[in-house]
Amino acid sequence: MSSEEKHHIVSYKTYLFILLGLITLTLLSVGITNIELREYTVAAALIFAAIKSYFVLYYFMHLKYDKPLYRRMAMFVFLLFFAVLFVTFIDYVNR
Amino acid sequence: MMALFIVGLSLGLAMKFELLAPGKTIMGAQDYNATFTLHGIIMIFLIVVPGLPAVFGNFFLPILIGAKDVAFPKLNLLSWWIYIVGATIAISSQFFGDGPPDTGWTFYAPYSFKTGTNMLPAVLGAFVLGFSSIVTGLNFIVTIHRLRCPGMGWFKMPLFVWSLYGTAWIQLLATPIVGITLVMVILERTLNIGFFDPALGGDPILYQHLFWIYSHPAVYIMILPAMGVISEIIPTFSQKHIFGYKAIIISTMAIAFVGYFVWGHHMFTSGMSGTALYTFSLLTFLVAIPSAIKVFNWVATLHKASINLKTPLYWALAFMFVFMVGGLSGMALGALATDVYLHDTAFVVGHFHYIVFGGTGFAFLGAMHYWFPKMYGRMYDAQWANTGLVIMFIGFNALYAPMFYLGMIGMPRRYFDYLPQFHAANILSTMGSWVMATGFFIVLINLIRSSRNGAPAEVDPWHGKTLEWTVPSPPPVLNFDEIPTLGEDDGPYEYK
Ligand code: HEM
Ligand SMILES: [Cu+2]
Repeated sequence: MSSEEKHHIVSYKTYLFILLGLITLTLLSVGITNIELREYTVAAALIFAAIKSYFVLYYFMHLKYDKPLYRRMAMFVFLLFFAVLFVTFIDYVNR
Repeated sequence: MMALFIVGLSLGLAMKFELLAPGKTIMGAQDYNATFTLHGIIMIFLIVVPGLPAVFGNFFLPILIGAKDVAFPKLNLLSWWIYIVGATIAISSQFFGDGPPDTGWTFYAPYSFKTGTNMLPAVLGAFVLGFSSIVTGLNFIVTIHRLRCPGMGWFKMPLFVWSLYGTAWIQLLATPIVGITLVMVILERTLNIGFFDPALGGDPILYQHLFWIYSHPAVYIMILPAMGVISEIIPTFSQKHIFGYKAIIISTMAIAFVGYFVWGHHMFTSGMSGTALYTFSLLTFLVAIPSAIKVFNWVATLHKASINLKTPLYWALAFMFVFMVGGLSGMALGALATDVYLHDTAFVVGHFHYIVFGGTGFAFLGAMHYWFPKMYGRMYDAQWANTGLVIMFIGFNALYAPMFYLGMIGMPRRYFDYLPQFHAANILSTMGSWVMATGFFIVLINLIRSSRNGAPAEVDPWHGKTLEWTVPSPPPVLNFDEIPTLGEDDGPYEYK
């Protein structure tokens, strides 16, 4: 990025909110292990992890303020990853 | 790399020699296992995965899109050094510790963390090599996005460039998965974590999933650039626009994408759920369609063309023949019922050698004979080149075709010994290996000799229309004195 381009400045308040959100999600993902979900345990953990990485990528890593192209590329990788996991689960859940 | 290939080839010849007669011929079970493991590691991770992109991609990708170099030349050099380091680590597994690894190139758990042999360097080496692949992929993607010369739109790029683009995305997105998998094996071996060990609550089938999530896309890393090379050679020697340019591009990208979702066909007999079995079988049949599209396009390009019969075109035709045999045998393996019977037999070995050696290997040699004048600025002796090709082609088929038969009558793969009824076909196969090696050395020696004292090559010996044929042979360090500009009617295959 060239130095002339404007850097977006995110307020501390937003960062704090996100941080709290992340902590809550972490607690929740620990908490959910108490519920018996059998073969969906892994899926639950992955869903929490995915939501958390979304926040980290969007706010802490500034994806939200970058060019849309980067967002689309990151999105594509995630969708691919999701699809691969989905196919793996076809085996895992039906065993 | 050439040296490594010759080592790999010698190991292959040694195995075939062992299989010349039932019982122990030159080595016992343990040595045989170590030999096929090393052969697989060298051939897959060190030769065919990096081969075409590293050798021809780095040389011709920038020229083909009218750039002076790849986007990150230093990253390129880095990937070369990572490759050397990875290769050294992987090969060092042979020389110290408790004996060479004996798991096969697939490092299947649980054996890979139970065996007493020296697994760590082999796995670590493959891990390091992965980075080399990722870095190359990244470099190519950026190069293609940013460095196309003025007028070089996406749909004016030569098809070899498109194939490298598809490959680069696979290298970038699939390789990390095998990286993490190999790290898991290392941790399992050293710290007993229990990812894959059922005794610790792990799942050995998880290993196979993770491994093939990478390694099936990896077979497309091997074959896509090969298809790209063929898509360059055929229009040049037909002096005709390639048939279905866009269809080839779409099929390239479709292969790259759908190829992510068929890995389960390597696991039909390992105890997956029934639903997963037929899902994977269906997807496997789908991914064969784009490959067939390409073959039809190549044939259609040759139809009614003014064909110029030269060595590179012979290689391309040889490629098409063996690729069809390999692809169709893949269909037999992709169908559930037949695979249960054929899995882990010599049939599978026949299948992937037809595709990997016959496909990628022949395409590599085709590319060598196509671009040799450009790379070395000299012509080779066509007579010797063709002689070598014919001998190699005969030897190749004699070597691998009997494996289909052997697999069908039930000979399992990866054993140093076999029952007497398999003897005759094995003799044929071993003799084929000698013929093929003879042909290969004729081809190789001819190229080496010609690179020293062949006749000087013209700028455009084959009357090709892509940009590499506009620069001197060999090209200057920065390829072009002045970045070319493509006009409205210029394109990679505009023959009049
Ligand atoms: C028409 C397309 C293809 C189909 C349907 C297909 C199908 C299969 C199947 C079902 C297997 C597993 C057989 C078994 O273990 O029982 C297999 C193995 C294999 N295939 Fe293919 N394949 C295709 C193309 C390719 C290509 C393009 C390559 C490489 C460039 C390739 C390389 C391999 C390798 C290396 C193995 C053996 C792996 C091992 O167990 O060591 N295949 N193929
Ligand atoms: Cu596969």
